[in-house]
Amino acid sequence: MTEYTNQGSKDTRSGFGAGLLELGQTNPNVVALCADLTGSLKMGDFKDEFPDRFYQVGIAEANMMGIAAGLTIGGKIPYTGTFANFSTGRVYDQIRQSIAYSGKNVKICASHSGLTLGEDGATHQILEDIGLMKMLPGMTVINTCDFNQTKAATIAIAQHEGPVYLRFGRPKVPNFTDPDQTFEIGKAVVLNEGTDVTIIATGHLVWKALEACRELEDRGISAEVINVHTIKPLDEETILASVEKTGCVVTAEEHQQNGGLGESVGGLLVRKKPAPQQFVAVNDSFGESGTPDQLLEKYGLNSESIVAAAEAAIARK
Amino acid sequence: MQRFYQEIMSNLENLTQTASQVRRDIVRMVHAVQSGHPGGSLGCTEFMVALYFEIMNHNPDFNMDGEGEDLFFLSNGHISPVFYSVLSRSGYFDKEELGTFRKLDSRLQGHPTTHEGLPGVRVASGSLGQGMSVAIGAALTKKLNNDPGIVFTLHGDGELQEGQIWEAAMFAPNHHVDNLICTIDANGQQIDGSTEEVMPLGDIGAKFEAFGWDVMHIEDGNNMSQVLEGLTEAKTRTGHGKPVLIVMRTSMGSGVDFMEGTHEWHGIAPNDEQLASALEQLEETLGDY
Repeated sequence: MTEYTNQGSKDTRSGFGAGLLELGQTNPNVVALCADLTGSLKMGDFKDEFPDRFYQVGIAEANMMGIAAGLTIGGKIPYTGTFANFSTGRVYDQIRQSIAYSGKNVKICASHSGLTLGEDGATHQILEDIGLMKMLPGMTVINTCDFNQTKAATIAIAQHEGPVYLRFGRPKVPNFTDPDQTFEIGKAVVLNEGTDVTIIATGHLVWKALEACRELEDRGISAEVINVHTIKPLDEETILASVEKTGCVVTAEEHQQNGGLGESVGGLLVRKKPAPQQFVAVNDSFGESGTPDQLLEKYGLNSESIVAAAEAAIARK
Repeated sequence: MQRFYQEIMSNLENLTQTASQVRRDIVRMVHAVQSGHPGGSLGCTEFMVALYFEIMNHNPDFNMDGEGEDLFFLSNGHISPVFYSVLSRSGYFDKEELGTFRKLDSRLQGHPTTHEGLPGVRVASGSLGQGMSVAIGAALTKKLNNDPGIVFTLHGDGELQEGQIWEAAMFAPNHHVDNLICTIDANGQQIDGSTEEVMPLGDIGAKFEAFGWDVMHIEDGNNMSQVLEGLTEAKTRTGHGKPVLIVMRTSMGSGVDFMEGTHEWHGIAPNDEQLASALEQLEETLGDY
């Protein structure tokens, strides 16, 4: 299989911080808002370099979303930063009315998504945010896999006119994508070509999918691995071309099965090309405290789970 | 104030006549589809007419960014009839379009939206409590752009029960958003009854003052000269480090005797007889749509 090298593990949120700083230097219309989590979101460098374009809103996420909507009137491109839970579920109606329905060019940037924020537990581990955001008409939904990709996505979304939900995480994870990549919204990345099964992963589980691919190769199974960083709009063409070849699918995400990437893929297959699909996702439960690795293992989101799902999908062909 | 009376009050008669036509539009629009919100619309007619026909510097050849203009955000979006009438009568779109209010394929949705591209609307509203935050954002952008325009809002008093209002109320003074004039339509009524019965608001002005706003009052928001005087005074208070808040007492349903002073006409349409009675009380000054 294609080999990918970890260039040194980093957190995806630092990729956001680095991308935001670079944007600040190149695009004077970019402004940033944070709800008392500047350090956690790695927005400190932007704040220090561009204090006039940074707004500390305090612990008031609803107000932050409304202010962001207003800032677009007159041409600013606001980036909001807080945890994924407080970026979506807490402020759903504000996003729905003032941003999505109003067609405002707001970039909702969310750290600490999924289970892997770890010890803080289920109050903070939102596993429904992809579903909430993808249901909103006109919303673009992106979940990046590593530092480099998060940085590239942060920069790229400034060029996209319209609301975007950019989801990333807390822990240090392998950094393996090209540091000079061009991030193309809505264009999935085939990381490894294979013929027996298509593994479609997003976010932190992309690296787990590559680990699973290696293990499957040892077992004589050829897996195609696709990084679907953009959940909406979904790259239907790339997914369908792959399934045409392999005939079965595994989807892997750090999210509820209900409303996640897997459901988007399943819906596509039902409409265009029915094929067996196995879901690696959280199965209708809340999370809990633990280390990221412990949680991924307990909730069946690690590479072993992806391997088992791949074998199950192949068996159903 | 001498100059104020000379320059602005000379227009008083025109504005009062416009208000009468706007009230006719409101009751006719709501009657035509047997739905909508006449009470709050009638109560805020003087305020809206004063803003769009005298106070604000605005361009009916609408563009979203509104560079160099004053902006208005209607936070209590359910009083869309008065908003639509005033936008139309001040040139944003043809008055005949008022006849499409709340009908299928209309730009005049039940609650205001940018989604159908209606000129004059800059954000959707209807779900309460969000407009002050949006207005703050627009005011911050004006500051970043060195744009001298002022941002105006209108909120219901019942709307102040929404928590987001107080998040915004805390933000604006702390960030010196002093190009912002928010007005509270203090009519003392909401859907389930009087605000006193449902959830007393206490001293609204004192609350905002405690948050750091420059607070002023319009004692009779249905008296055109008082509204003009109040809004003119409010403009002079901008640019001094604090956001400005106006507590404006109004009578819900003002101008139509049987609708006045009660929450009963919050979201009820008049029947044919009631419409006729209402129109008898309101002179047709600019031609019905």
